[in-house]
Amino acid sequence: MKQLVDKYTDKMIKGGLAEAPLVCGLDDEMTWNRQAPEVPILEAVMQGMNINSLICAEPAEPYQSILVYLTERYPEVITPGDCETRTFLHDLPVGHEFSAKVIGSHLLYRKSVVIKADGKVKIVTFGTVSPEQAFVTFSSVCFAGFVLFFADFLADFKNGTVSETQRRAFDRAVSHLDEPRTDCPELLCGPFHREAEAYEAIIEAGRHTVEYGLVDSYFGNISYRLGETIYISQTGSSLDELAGCIDPCPLDGSSCAGVTASSELVAHNEIFLRTDNRAILHGHPKFAVILSMDCDRKECPNKKRCHIKCSEERTIGDIPIVPGEVGTGTTGLCHTLPPAVKGRRGAIVWGHGLFTVGREDFNLAFQHLLDIENMCREEYFKRVK
Amino acid sequence: MSSQKNGWTGKVLYIDLSASMIKVVHPEDEVYRKFIGGKGLAGYFLRPHVTLPWDHTEMPLLIFTGPLVGTAAPTSGRSTVMSRSPLTGTIADTSVGGRLGFELKRAGWDGIIITGKSEFPCGIEINDDKVKIGDASKQWGRDTSSFFEEFYDGKCSVSVIGPAAENGVAFSSLIVDRHHAAGRMGIGLCFAAKHLKYLIVNGSGKVAVHDTEKLKAAREEIVRLTNASPILMGQHGFSCFGTGSIYDLMDSRRMMPTDNFTKTHFERAAELNANAYKEKYSPGKHGCMGCHIRCKKIARSKMAGVSMPEFETMSHFTALVGNTDMDLVMQANKLCNRYGMDTISAAATLACYREVSGRRDIAGDVLDLLEQIATASSELGRELGRGSVSYCKLKKNKSASMSVKGLELPAYDPRGAYGMSLAYALSTRGGCHLRAYPVSHEILRKPVATDRFSFSGKARIIKIAEDQNAVIDSLTACKFIFFAAGLEEYAKAYTAATGVASSAQDLLKVGERIYYNERIMNALNGFSAKDDDLPRRFFEESGSSGNSIEIRPIDRHAFLEARARYYRIRGLDKNGLPDPQKVEELGLT
Ligand code: SF4
Ligand SMILES: [Zn+2]
Repeated sequence: MKQLVDKYTDKMIKGGLAEAPLVCGLDDEMTWNRQAPEVPILEAVMQGMNINSLICAEPAEPYQSILVYLTERYPEVITPGDCETRTFLHDLPVGHEFSAKVIGSHLLYRKSVVIKADGKVKIVTFGTVSPEQAFVTFSSVCFAGFVLFFADFLADFKNGTVSETQRRAFDRAVSHLDEPRTDCPELLCGPFHREAEAYEAIIEAGRHTVEYGLVDSYFGNISYRLGETIYISQTGSSLDELAGCIDPCPLDGSSCAGVTASSELVAHNEIFLRTDNRAILHGHPKFAVILSMDCDRKECPNKKRCHIKCSEERTIGDIPIVPGEVGTGTTGLCHTLPPAVKGRRGAIVWGHGLFTVGREDFNLAFQHLLDIENMCREEYFKRVK
Repeated sequence: MSSQKNGWTGKVLYIDLSASMIKVVHPEDEVYRKFIGGKGLAGYFLRPHVTLPWDHTEMPLLIFTGPLVGTAAPTSGRSTVMSRSPLTGTIADTSVGGRLGFELKRAGWDGIIITGKSEFPCGIEINDDKVKIGDASKQWGRDTSSFFEEFYDGKCSVSVIGPAAENGVAFSSLIVDRHHAAGRMGIGLCFAAKHLKYLIVNGSGKVAVHDTEKLKAAREEIVRLTNASPILMGQHGFSCFGTGSIYDLMDSRRMMPTDNFTKTHFERAAELNANAYKEKYSPGKHGCMGCHIRCKKIARSKMAGVSMPEFETMSHFTALVGNTDMDLVMQANKLCNRYGMDTISAAATLACYREVSGRRDIAGDVLDLLEQIATASSELGRELGRGSVSYCKLKKNKSASMSVKGLELPAYDPRGAYGMSLAYALSTRGGCHLRAYPVSHEILRKPVATDRFSFSGKARIIKIAEDQNAVIDSLTACKFIFFAAGLEEYAKAYTAATGVASSAQDLLKVGERIYYNERIMNALNGFSAKDDDLPRRFFEESGSSGNSIEIRPIDRHAFLEARARYYRIRGLDKNGLPDPQKVEELGLT
């Protein structure tokens, strides 16, 4: 347990999610990463629940400023419209007292609670099999808050309804953003001919994608086609820890060993069949996601169902935006994404993320991911000027 | 009790076969809240009688649905059949799909309590509130297929036992709506003990729901999550290939039980995977009522109309018994269903026979042996029909029965997943993977992956999962969907259906009560820590390492420590027995 607790403490800090997280794992006894005044309260929360891990932390900047603002604007519950929230979190309940009672009452129903007290925000999340769940949820809350905050600002800006506090929060959040990176890493050069090379290239590209902030650890997926086999990251794997988490899936489906492969295997498969790319990279870069949700059509019959229904041909630069949900349902992105990628660098899925492709290896796919996100970021700040 | 209920019907049918007497029971609201339905409610009604011998006239046979059955909640077509097991002596609950729960609920019943013993072979026919006990003398001895031919039109629900149960096979099953089985624990024999051959249910009512809109919203969330699940809806998942889709995976993870668990890798696995079946039999999709996953498969080209084997059957009738013929698996599966026998216990008992007898090649005799067991037509058949523990005792070779508490183990070798070793050992019905289902995180990475070669944290994980699955079997939903959705979403569905405010954590508390109640019942029948254990083989012999995976014997000390932690977490004493304070706290006195 201690090992897992330390691992996720470390990931919280390295991932810029929190500076001093409290992480707990529980088998028959509780294991904390450190002692703190909040611990007794959190232990009381855990006692009232059937769980095995918990994380509590003040999110680092810019998430702190963002969530302080959002909890004022939405004092009961924050409801971001991105795909991670829609699919996994549903919404983000808000509490206003750091007490076992308030935290517990929300965690009974949801995977997370955002507690705003004494002008600061703390996020509390939990898991039932591993601290990893608590970590993933924490990271998703930060991501969803970020996306909602910037999307709200853009919409309000266009309507001329940005308030004083909102503007201040915005400036503060922006001041905490890292400079966009423009340098690309030098990744292994393809085309690859041996399995071992493909594995190595996937692991390397995955790690960089997380390092560059183009996806939060846990989400995203990546694949490489070698002959008639797709090597793809497993479902729920972390792109920065892919060793041992890559499934070989024959294109003709002759083995089901890929039953643990990423939920987007079908989409990857289709892209490989329709184009002559060998590498696919999928991340959740924030500004691409935010811009994909920015639409000026006031009277659209599909409003509120944009993520599955949008039939407009929308683009940012040369990059199309398509609707589609995770996976293979009738409204799944496996139907919309592959045709959109054909003949392009990549495509954005509405409120979800960006898929890019490369012909030989991950160098181009990575570069596209980075370039498109930077283009979206630039475009975003143009739209709010 | 108000007659106007949502989710539940508020009515339980009580049938005394000795007296041919029928009455209606209205459980208190509190009973519903404390035990929900399905196996929770069945366990509640079983407990007062649980120390009776399994074939005692007063031993009840319980069939219960849950509050979600017959509503728009996904995978809510299932139900529980429960009694005391002739095979293990433990409680015996089995979850079954098909239309049974759906029809029962629409007929206005949350469940049926069957007690007594009919003088003559009989059948129960339910048409809404009209209940008839029919004479089944002419049907006794009939196999299930011919029974379905005559009585199953696909619009009602038909459950029937086959000759195996009538001939006393301890692992005989109940076959429901042709393609579904209440397979394990010898539940078929519990029917036979009451001279009960069949149950036909026809319901025409509607299940009242508290808040249709909210139920729809909960449904949408759940369906969205299943669509995002590669294991359920992906191109290699259950919906496309059935449960057999994990056959390749189990072998590549080196945990496919081979040659009666002496090895964990089967050389010929690649030729016998789900895709090979798909090519040969072009199976079509079929599912339980109200399910969009539809994991059941039915052959269409060769052997058209026959149920395709589930993963456990595919694995045990190949690797475990040393067979490489796909057709033979199909035939064995068909035979087991026709005679009404659990495929897992049947195959595992044959594997045990193979080891004890020292016969390397029994493939050619598999069908014949199954026939002898089901019809009890030979000494050997009768010996094997009592299960592997009894057979091994007879042959003075205890180590060859790969079972826990007398229930033969399914197709996941615990040396390749330590949570599974705890799950098997601690399961209240014996060697079963479905109580805690750690395959979910140890192999399928849901909700996140855990280290399968470590006991760290597993005691609590197993406890939480048992509670969760107890809830699922009480609602009653399908455990498979929990590879994708969680109680968070199902709590919403439960509240929307019943109007009872409830969170995921509230439901887990109920699950804890339901599961603890099972520990109490087993303890009353003398089960304790000595029974919460695995066959020695797993602690003494290695599995088949390879693929850069090492399969070592399980460290007995680490196992026992984890089990002790589990007892503490579950609130049991050192001997695995209930603690009076916990009993009181859970309202189970
Ligand atoms: S997933 Fe399969 S077993 Fe479960 S309810 Fe659906 S059809 Fe039945
Ligand atoms: Zn994604």
